[in-house]
Amino acid sequence: MIHPADLRAKAEDLAGPLPPLLAAAEHLASTVLLGEHGRRRPGLGDEFWQYRPAMPGDEARMVDWRRSARSDTHFVREKEWQAAQSVVIWTDRAQSMRFASSDGLPTKSMAARVLALAAAVLLIRGGERVGLTDAGLPPRSGELQLLRLAQVLAEEDETADYGAPTTKGLVSHSRAVFLSDFLGDLEPVEAALTQAADRGVKGALMQILDPVEEAFPFDGRTIFESVGGTISHETRRARDLKDRYLERLAERKDRLQSLARLTGWQYDCHHTDRSASAALLWLYQALERVH
Amino acid sequence: MLILGPIGFTAPWLLLGLIALPILWFLLRAVPPAPVRRMFPAVSLLLGLEDDENETDKTPWWLLLLRTLAIAAVILGFAGPVLNPQQEQSGDGPLLALVDGTWADARDWQRRMDRLDLLLSDAARAGRPVAVVRLTDLPAGGLQFQPADAWAARLPSFEPSPWVPEAETVLEWWDALDAGGFETFWMSDGMDYPWRDALLARIEGSGGVTVFESPRPVLALRPSVFEDGLLVIRAVRAAADDPMDVNVAAHGLDPGGTPRVLARASLQFEPGATEAEERLSLPPELRNRITRFEIEGVRSAAAVSLADDALRRREVALIAGRDDREGLELLAPTHYLEQALEPTADLIGGALDDLILANPDAIVMADVASLASVEEEQMLEWVEDGGLLVRFAGPRMAASDISRDAEDPLMPVRLRAGGRSVGGAMSWGEPKALRPFEPETPFFGLAVPDEVRITAQVMAQPDPTLAERTIASLADGTPLVTRKRIGEGQVVLFHTTANAEWSSLPLSGLFVQMLERLAVSTRPAMPTLDELAGTTWVPDQVLSAFGDVGDAGALPGVAGEMLSDPVPGPDLRPGLYAGQDRRLALNVIGLETELAMASWPARVPIEGLEVARETLLKGAFLTVALGALMIDILASLWLAGRLTAQRAGGTAALLAVLIAGGMPQQGAAQGADAFALEATTEVVLAHVITGDRTLDQMTAAGLRGLSRVLYERTSIEPAEPIAVNLETDELAFFPILYWPVTEGQPIPSGEAYAKLNTYLRSGGMIVFDTRDSNVAQFGGGSATGRRLQELARPLDIPPLEPVPEDHVLTRTFYLLQDFPGRHASRDVWVEAAPPDAERIDGMPFRNLNDNVTPVVIGGNDWASAWAVDENGRAMFPVGRGFSGERQREIAYRFGVNLIMHVLTGNYKSDQVHVPALLDRLGQ
Repeated sequence: MIHPADLRAKAEDLAGPLPPLLAAAEHLASTVLLGEHGRRRPGLGDEFWQYRPAMPGDEARMVDWRRSARSDTHFVREKEWQAAQSVVIWTDRAQSMRFASSDGLPTKSMAARVLALAAAVLLIRGGERVGLTDAGLPPRSGELQLLRLAQVLAEEDETADYGAPTTKGLVSHSRAVFLSDFLGDLEPVEAALTQAADRGVKGALMQILDPVEEAFPFDGRTIFESVGGTISHETRRARDLKDRYLERLAERKDRLQSLARLTGWQYDCHHTDRSASAALLWLYQALERVH
Repeated sequence: MLILGPIGFTAPWLLLGLIALPILWFLLRAVPPAPVRRMFPAVSLLLGLEDDENETDKTPWWLLLLRTLAIAAVILGFAGPVLNPQQEQSGDGPLLALVDGTWADARDWQRRMDRLDLLLSDAARAGRPVAVVRLTDLPAGGLQFQPADAWAARLPSFEPSPWVPEAETVLEWWDALDAGGFETFWMSDGMDYPWRDALLARIEGSGGVTVFESPRPVLALRPSVFEDGLLVIRAVRAAADDPMDVNVAAHGLDPGGTPRVLARASLQFEPGATEAEERLSLPPELRNRITRFEIEGVRSAAAVSLADDALRRREVALIAGRDDREGLELLAPTHYLEQALEPTADLIGGALDDLILANPDAIVMADVASLASVEEEQMLEWVEDGGLLVRFAGPRMAASDISRDAEDPLMPVRLRAGGRSVGGAMSWGEPKALRPFEPETPFFGLAVPDEVRITAQVMAQPDPTLAERTIASLADGTPLVTRKRIGEGQVVLFHTTANAEWSSLPLSGLFVQMLERLAVSTRPAMPTLDELAGTTWVPDQVLSAFGDVGDAGALPGVAGEMLSDPVPGPDLRPGLYAGQDRRLALNVIGLETELAMASWPARVPIEGLEVARETLLKGAFLTVALGALMIDILASLWLAGRLTAQRAGGTAALLAVLIAGGMPQQGAAQGADAFALEATTEVVLAHVITGDRTLDQMTAAGLRGLSRVLYERTSIEPAEPIAVNLETDELAFFPILYWPVTEGQPIPSGEAYAKLNTYLRSGGMIVFDTRDSNVAQFGGGSATGRRLQELARPLDIPPLEPVPEDHVLTRTFYLLQDFPGRHASRDVWVEAAPPDAERIDGMPFRNLNDNVTPVVIGGNDWASAWAVDENGRAMFPVGRGFSGERQREIAYRFGVNLIMHVLTGNYKSDQVHVPALLDRLGQ
């Protein structure tokens, strides 16, 4: 059992070095009020966006006379469109995630939850609404939501060997983040993504793997068991399996990648021995790219 | 015991266990390695993958072979294998072991003792009583037959003696024995002695004789002699057979006082020759230092010849008639004499009566006219006792009345008034050359160079004795060098000066050769019997039979008569004997000693020394078994896939450590190279490791701070500072060494000081910081100040003075007058300016010394003021508030000036900068 405060502290640590979403975004030169961020397109808002030449159909009151007086044509002053987003996060809590190949590495589950919460911290600081899919935690904004998120994420209740994402609680036209090792059956994932795409939800798939799962450094007579102990496989010479295993893994990654491309999602693979900040940065950029 | 070829087994029944090996083979073959259970979430991807082959079901054959070998080695090991098992020798009755025990035995003494040990253990097994006798150390009473074990315990204390027993001693001792009824083993040294046959005949009368002889050649070195300017080294051998090369090393003290090999000679024995000779040409300086010659690789007193005074350098006293005029060194009367004699003689100077007390071998007087009567008496006495007085003429002698009317006792001839000069502005004729030297003069054979010209000389009165006293003359026949014998000694007069005023003789090599022929002629190597009569000689060093030179300790002195025809023996041990004024070497081998092989009659059986040692092989076999099992562990782990990268890494590291143990030198050399590269790739400031961790870190931080300031403000861009260990690190790479002084600092070793002095002489600078702000006022004895004095005492430090106002340190980069660190004491000491440095009118600075001051001594704790942490923040407070920061800034500026001074030297001392500096100073 992970203490929620502990988890939150870790997440805050990770989120600390990254500047808040708005501040770091150089393209948003003029930040708006806290809680909203610019959509980089003209629309309703308080902040000046651009002058554009007046077109037929523009009302006369829309013309900015001060600007137009400086030239021969008429200009319309446009404001930037500002709105907040909903982001829904799913983290895999199945047993397969509770694995770390050595003492120095975090379990995949830990890595996923820290990443999820760090993203939530950044998003909520940026004024977005963040929620979880399966826990019945609808997207909300505010610091209190962070506490709720941490509370829920700290729980470990799933007993299945491999997890599958649910689309429960996905708000239409929102964003979603799926964090899992995607080692189980891919059918539910495919179904969830298709369903989400149908609802106009876009987002990011992050596959989290242990370095051992990527390298397969085994040899000799070995019995491989899943974390839950439900599946096992015996081999007399593990080294011989390596190539075929890696082939299958690559195939799976390819499938996830193409699935994501098909549905307009982003896909990335994170290893627990790599820097979590890099993964967080990718996650942030992936959410930005969707716009 | 079961014996198979060279190997025997003490417990052969265990070998039956080898039959079980094939069974073991089948048993092991059937058992496959156990599987490993691993947790692996991606097992879902593995489902359905089949194994290609089923090979690892069975243990591989090579692993089986390894295990079988291990078991076989264990069985063989416990069966007690023995290499070269010994069979007992038969024989009964008492046994006499006769050992020559001379210096010739020393070459393989240990093997002889091993053989004797074997003999004794055989005798012990057979229960025979044994007596062991050394002929050089005969037991007082009769033969003591004792159990062999008792003798075996005493064997280690047996040693050979560096002499050969006398014939009558040996034979009388034997005749006095009530001898008979025992067997004799005679361990001969292989040399023929006058008593050998007689003794053999007597021994054979009392029982059987077996002789043991070593096949190793007997080599000996004769005393080296000095012939025609060359050292002659002769070696002899007993057996004249095959050609043979031996190396002779000349040992002695080097100028640093360390014993080392000064020269080597290679001697070749021709086939059939018993003597080899080599002539060695050594500079006198080296020759004088030789203490002994040694045949390399031979442990025997005969292979060592001690050198005595015959090869020593002379002691020569120089007396000049004129007081030295400062700065006119080349005109000093004795300059050329010193140059000529220095390499070959010990020069002493001082007052005449002191010099005569010192009893030099020769006294040279340059242009000394008359002596006080007391001095003259002493001098005369000294010359009569064998002294050599060499006098040179000169203006003073020419102007004096010495030896004018009557011949002076200390002059060889009478002189005419005034002398003469030829070839000058006021005289006719050409400067005169030398006439070739006559036979029977000491100079005969020396070539006379053409360029030697004499322009002035004192003239001898034509006396009846003049012709016989002249030993060199000019081309026109006037005497140039005259000699007179007085008692044992002689007086020689050069009719010209010892410097180049009157002649060019001192400028030529002939001058040196003439002096060598006169003053440095060697004394006879051996004093005569008359000289030795009644004297007592004290042994100074003695030679052991192994050729080791040792202190004589409290050995009694010997009468001189014994040394006139010395035969080494228990009363007259080979070594170095000190007499009243000289030392005599007594060597085992004299100039005439001949070596001859012992020849034994055919009836006497002769054995060599070969001893085949019993070797127990149990340990070796068990080690092999253990090693094989270790390899088996690794191989099994590897086969089962349990040898992960981490474990393999650990094993590899362990193996690497084991292998690297064999070549630590290389690692050290690489370390030194890396250090040199690090220190020389960029400019690096360095500090001395004091052993106080905190202080060392602080100093490193200080130098880091200073390096950063230099980097920011000047074109000096130092890398990170380096901590230097004075004992192990090379110092030459560093422009500056910062040395904080603590009370508890250990004093560096002598070698470290040698390095430091070399460093200081080659332009390095050491900054001593006592860090207590007041010790620089010398005499104020703070603890670190006293430590500084102890640390700096062996250093080659010039006179110091507090930094003068116009020292170049005050203007190498910044214009400074204070040198504060964390303290702001004004006393900082640097090398003193030369006493004649003067300030020229209109110039603000004196023209000071050219070089960089080798030391800067202060107590301002500069490093603390400079110290910054990794982020560039100052680590220690300086002063208070703004003035404190100002003080830190000045401290940095001092540091910049210091490094600039080290790297640019006196550049800013150059008067070219004066206008700009005056401008800056606002004058």
